[in-house]
Amino acid sequence: MAPRSTRKKAVEEAPMEEEPTSHQPTAEDEDASMADADVDQEDGEEANPEDEEEEEDEEVQRVRILPGSTPTAASFEFLEEGHTLGNALRYIVMQNPDVEFCAYAIPHPSEAKMNVRIQTYEGTTAIQALEKGLRDLQELCDVVTDKFTVARDEFSNRMAA
Amino acid sequence: MAPSRAGPTAEELDQRKIVGINPETVTDTTNTDFPGHYPGEDHSWDLERFRNGFQIEFHHNDPFDASFSLIGVDASIANAFRRILIADIPTLAIESVFITDNTSVIQDEVLAHRLGLIPFKGNQDGLKNFLRFWKKPEPGVEPTLYDFNTVMLSLNVECTHNPKASEDEEDPTKLYNHAHVYAKDIQFHPVGRQKKYFSGEGAIAPVHPDILIAKMRPGQAIELTMHMHKGVGSDHAKFSPVATASYRLMPTITITQPILGKDAEKFAKCFPKGVIGLEKVSRKEAAQKGSGYEGHEGELKAVVKDPMRDTVSRECLRHAEFQGKVRLGRRRDHFIFSIESTGQWNSDDLFLESVVKLKEKCAKLEKQVINMAR
Repeated sequence: MAPRSTRKKAVEEAPMEEEPTSHQPTAEDEDASMADADVDQEDGEEANPEDEEEEEDEEVQRVRILPGSTPTAASFEFLEEGHTLGNALRYIVMQNPDVEFCAYAIPHPSEAKMNVRIQTYEGTTAIQALEKGLRDLQELCDVVTDKFTVARDEFSNRMAA
Repeated sequence: MAPSRAGPTAEELDQRKIVGINPETVTDTTNTDFPGHYPGEDHSWDLERFRNGFQIEFHHNDPFDASFSLIGVDASIANAFRRILIADIPTLAIESVFITDNTSVIQDEVLAHRLGLIPFKGNQDGLKNFLRFWKKPEPGVEPTLYDFNTVMLSLNVECTHNPKASEDEEDPTKLYNHAHVYAKDIQFHPVGRQKKYFSGEGAIAPVHPDILIAKMRPGQAIELTMHMHKGVGSDHAKFSPVATASYRLMPTITITQPILGKDAEKFAKCFPKGVIGLEKVSRKEAAQKGSGYEGHEGELKAVVKDPMRDTVSRECLRHAEFQGKVRLGRRRDHFIFSIESTGQWNSDDLFLESVVKLKEKCAKLEKQVINMAR
């Protein structure tokens, strides 16, 4: 067995590129991270990737209309979505009285794609129905959050009493 | 054609929500509250109607185990919350393990896998708001490890003889130091602003300190550093914030004809404890003509006490004496949720987060749909 006298220092000796490096402290947390300033600087990492990352997320267009669609009958393809959103969206779009037909499908399990088919009656369009569905789902979520918070607080008060 | 009539009665509305359960089959499994399904009735989406019909009832609420009922919501919505709980809520877990020494009998890759599965806790604000996702860079590209996307841990243990152990000692944990390597042996090394968020009570530490990681004998040692990153359950189960997140539908039991005496006792035994109660037939009931209780005053009758505890085993449907006297069912819009957190989040906060995540998903896609239509 190899001698182990050096083990204690292993953490400090880990190669620097493996170490998480702190990004440049802003004025408000200067006090808190002063002690690390020397460590952080060693790496010479100046970039602040926080903002870049956020923008990158928004840029990718994940929804498109599939060919062969008319205003009142369209199929939409969602990338990186599955049954979680598909079924909930299908339900809420079907609740729209102007919608004649709505269904969702995942054409192949190894492709991260989810298709939604919407057919509407005259007077509205499939895109409008889809937008309304997404809006309705958000409103539904707000109601669930409100009611859940109230029910939980009431319950914990009842338990404490 | 059916004669036109005023809207459905309350009883009819209630009956629509019941899934029928027969000895071998189920009936009415799908929701029917869609516009156009019932002529002359309005079932279009209405937020106020939803708000009035929607209810939440708590059964218990502990950090590691919460149970509550969502009443008045469709299965597709309840299922979306359940799926998000399992696969879409981010947690922090060990992602990279840099092994400098491992002479234990556990292979490196197995050890790394075991480490990855250990649930950790820490300051909630730091975990949720300060820490962000980390994207693995392409090979050859500068690493992008920062204090806001990487948490560093280390594990350095060596097994040695315990000189204080008595001669005839056989327990390896007393005979040797560090014969067992536990989760509590993992050390947290805060970097940069992590010191502000994760100090004292809020330090990053295993939820259960006594998780056994490896066993060793004198001369063996483990020496490694680890990087934790945020991730989601759809990437790897170790990131899933829940041990289980599930729901079941509220059972219904309807006794349609009296079940009395010995039959009542047998009936109660067909169900888990506390579901069916036995009560004496009162004088008033016995006096009532056509109730089925005539002449049975003082006898025991079966009554439904707590259908929520039923497991819907259908045992009562197998006996001839209960034929036609009981109807089983489930409420299609009553979901009894059970969430067991692994410890990084509180169970009730997890559900709230799943609702937030669904809303976020919709908000992002709404923007995308508007963008697409342009």
